[in-house]
Amino acid sequence: MRYLPLTPADRAEMLATAGAASIDDLFVDVPEAARLEGWVDLPIHQSEAAVERQLSAWARENRAAGAGPFFLGAGAYRHHVPASVDHLIQRSEFLTSYTPYQPEIAQGSLQALFEFQTQVSELLGLPVANASMYDGSTACAEAVMMAARVTRRRKAVVSGALHPHYAASAATLAHSAGVEVERLAVALDDEAALIDAIDEETACVVVQTPNVFGLPVDLSRIAEAAHVAGALLVSVTTEVVSLGLLKPPGEMGADIAVAEGQSIGNPLNFGGPYVGLFACREGLQRQMPGRLCGETVDAQGRRGFVLTLSTREQHIRRDKATSNICTNAGLCALAFTIHMTLLGGEGLAKLARINHARTRGLRDALAAIPGVEILTPRFFNELTVRLPRPAAETVEALARRDILAGVPFSRLDPSAAWDDVLLVAATELTSGEDILVFAQALADMLHGEAGQ
Amino acid sequence: MSLQSVGRVTRPEYDAPTAEPGTNALLQNEPLIFERGRFDATGVDFDVDDSDTGADDLAGLIRAVAPALPGLSEPETMRHYVRLSQHNHAIDLALYPLGSCTMKHNPRLGERMARLPGFADLHPLQPMSTVQGALKLMDELARWLTTLTGMPAVALSPKAGAHGELCGLLAIRAALEARGDARTTVLTPTSAHGTNPATAALAGYQVQEIAQTVDGRVDLTDLAAKLGPHVAAIMVTNPNTCGLFERDILEIAHLTHAAGAFFYGDGANFNALVGRVRPADLGVDAMHINLHKTFSTPHGGGGPGAGPVVLSAELAPFAPAPWVVRGPGGLELMEEASGPAAKAFGRLCAFHGQMGMYVRAVAYMQSHGADGLRQVAEDAVLNANYIKARLSGTLSAPFPNGPCMHEALFDETWLEGTGVTTLDFAKAMIDKGFHPMTMYFPLVVKGAMLIEPTETEPRRELDRFCDALLDLAASAKAGDIERFKTAPRTAPLSRLDETQAARKPKLRWRPETAPA
Repeated sequence: MRYLPLTPADRAEMLATAGAASIDDLFVDVPEAARLEGWVDLPIHQSEAAVERQLSAWARENRAAGAGPFFLGAGAYRHHVPASVDHLIQRSEFLTSYTPYQPEIAQGSLQALFEFQTQVSELLGLPVANASMYDGSTACAEAVMMAARVTRRRKAVVSGALHPHYAASAATLAHSAGVEVERLAVALDDEAALIDAIDEETACVVVQTPNVFGLPVDLSRIAEAAHVAGALLVSVTTEVVSLGLLKPPGEMGADIAVAEGQSIGNPLNFGGPYVGLFACREGLQRQMPGRLCGETVDAQGRRGFVLTLSTREQHIRRDKATSNICTNAGLCALAFTIHMTLLGGEGLAKLARINHARTRGLRDALAAIPGVEILTPRFFNELTVRLPRPAAETVEALARRDILAGVPFSRLDPSAAWDDVLLVAATELTSGEDILVFAQALADMLHGEAGQ
Repeated sequence: MSLQSVGRVTRPEYDAPTAEPGTNALLQNEPLIFERGRFDATGVDFDVDDSDTGADDLAGLIRAVAPALPGLSEPETMRHYVRLSQHNHAIDLALYPLGSCTMKHNPRLGERMARLPGFADLHPLQPMSTVQGALKLMDELARWLTTLTGMPAVALSPKAGAHGELCGLLAIRAALEARGDARTTVLTPTSAHGTNPATAALAGYQVQEIAQTVDGRVDLTDLAAKLGPHVAAIMVTNPNTCGLFERDILEIAHLTHAAGAFFYGDGANFNALVGRVRPADLGVDAMHINLHKTFSTPHGGGGPGAGPVVLSAELAPFAPAPWVVRGPGGLELMEEASGPAAKAFGRLCAFHGQMGMYVRAVAYMQSHGADGLRQVAEDAVLNANYIKARLSGTLSAPFPNGPCMHEALFDETWLEGTGVTTLDFAKAMIDKGFHPMTMYFPLVVKGAMLIEPTETEPRRELDRFCDALLDLAASAKAGDIERFKTAPRTAPLSRLDETQAARKPKLRWRPETAPA
């Protein structure tokens, strides 16, 4: 076995040192009824080549996003990740280290986390950011819990244009903690309804921007209404590249801002691992979930970094902790930081404008097809269209023509009965040619094609 | 010693002039990117044919200025992060004996496989007909996990161990609510991981502790006294955090079930059992498995992990969406807590969990096979017992009788009178080229030192490690306190002031801290 260095001779000598006659002697505390005598019913070990053969075969059964025209978004986006990012995160010192509990020999991870926190704070427009959460959806759920702790209230008002998976994840966590989640009816824009739903019991209002339909939301009026009622505004952003172009949520009055960071540095990965970004305004940090990296000095006065404010955390506070989170998304956060370091603010702004321009091209191409209605008057890199037929079956049919056309809203929320609604996205990787092929195929499908 | 035994020159003993403080030969000091980079530059080139069509349609929503973040060229970025990386200890450098963390070798085959475009470049919401291979891989992971644990079902989506604990407790809560038997309390042993009580509280339960016997196991009498109609579940780690197998595990399960409660197994220490003991045979109803421990997906400096939860037949219907099912046209994902999945307690996160980690774990499982995985448990336990035997004459073991499982626990009784604490001793290990063991955990042992070597350590490295600890122990007993109080002396930094960090939190860089 290539990963097991002990030889039979080693084992025999080591057993003798340990005072055991056989390996079974070391398992004596296991009740006899629970001891497996032989191997479990699974295949035996395989060579590296054999495993590679099997897994590669499965990988080939999937249609990779980059293998042809591709227009999916809805919380996960296909962007270009520079080669140096993937190289750096595979360095042994980053890949094979543990959570930096011993700061003297973990300054590499800690300084990178401090840079990460600064970048996230700058992007979200709030002064305090933590060292990452599992992903955007769990960050959103934790933000609701945090708002309930801060306000000592038990109700969250959730926008109907919040990604349905995020709403469901928040509802799951809130339910067990006795926090009521009032999710408004699915709507493209529910600013008025949100403001209306806020009352004196409301701990927080949860609003996504750009929302699940792609519509950028001005949070300021909702923030004002929330603050008047003593509630917090939790903002959610699933496409972090949008922050290169759009106002940061903190600037629009968000008290807690969470985001999915996948777009920067991380591949699609079929849904994970991703990286959750979490920031809040000054004064709330002691109620934050997750790890925080802080600056300090060593015994000789040199600058260094440590994990800090850990009295909020499970390993110190146990059942009084602000969250149970332990392992989070360290390496994905590092990928985010390295990619963001390459981009800089200027690069992110440029990237965002390119994304927006490509999506305007997509909008124009789809709007030209009779029967296709563009529902989002404004958008960043994602928009919503209504088709004259069910979106799910249209997407299936286009997939057979090797076009991945978007996300049918019914896939995210079958109960909304929005079966003819399709979410489409474009990024810097979407070419004009891809858009042409998609629009042509969709037009053919809806209106027949000559000679078909 | 001017050289660490791992060969890294860090701080020489003579006063060499250095270019920057702390910069020596291979180990270079590095400022923050904010102190190095230009705020008006970018290290990324974009396609030249991109015509910016403007953003007038977004008037009123646009940020006035670009985010104030520096952009570094690729060569500067490489140097920056390579220099930072060299300030980290890593399992690829030397033994990393963190008890309860299972720092074992990470096969690079997993990295290669997870990066195949057919896995890495897949969107979670692609039509299911275009991701059949990905669903097969998830199905394969489920087959291995259920077979290795003897449990009928598994929820794959939890994103880490603590998330898995939450998944298990929420399934238990849903099952109890379905019975019309809401309960209030979760029991955890005093030696439990911090995540256990934190998770129970997050799941809305009160936490009550169960006492431990003098031989480091759950106190059955105390358990029996605390069980009752208010108890929803007991959370037990086995082997426990003292590195000992709970001999009375079947009785614990029996008492728990007789009280109408569920038995949640914390699977953090499954590495000691894999292929030799199936949790189902111990009476477990739900247990998470840290793929980043037992199945060796890299820890990555604190994640990402993955924490699938195996479930009993009674709990399985309450598992969260999504899960893989066999449909008429192939494999499908059941993504909604409705229809046939109406009992599901909801959803834990967006999409389907940690696919990148699933690929690595399956590569690891298929590589080892049923025979190799059994050997994993045996070698992990053997290595820990070897360390325990080699160190026991010198360090004090709180539970000296009988074998340990995959980790060896010592306390600080043996240091009494030396003026050296567990913390000092652990920091001195750094000067020997090793990462400290887990310290002051479990809480039930004074000055605990919990050592988990894992099965991927060769005997030579174990001996090097034991020799280093014995040498330090001799120093401590000989009164060389200075060596310990000033440790680490050869690391990039000496001990850091954690009190100052917490008292005046400085959690991000600010322009005013830039050098003039």
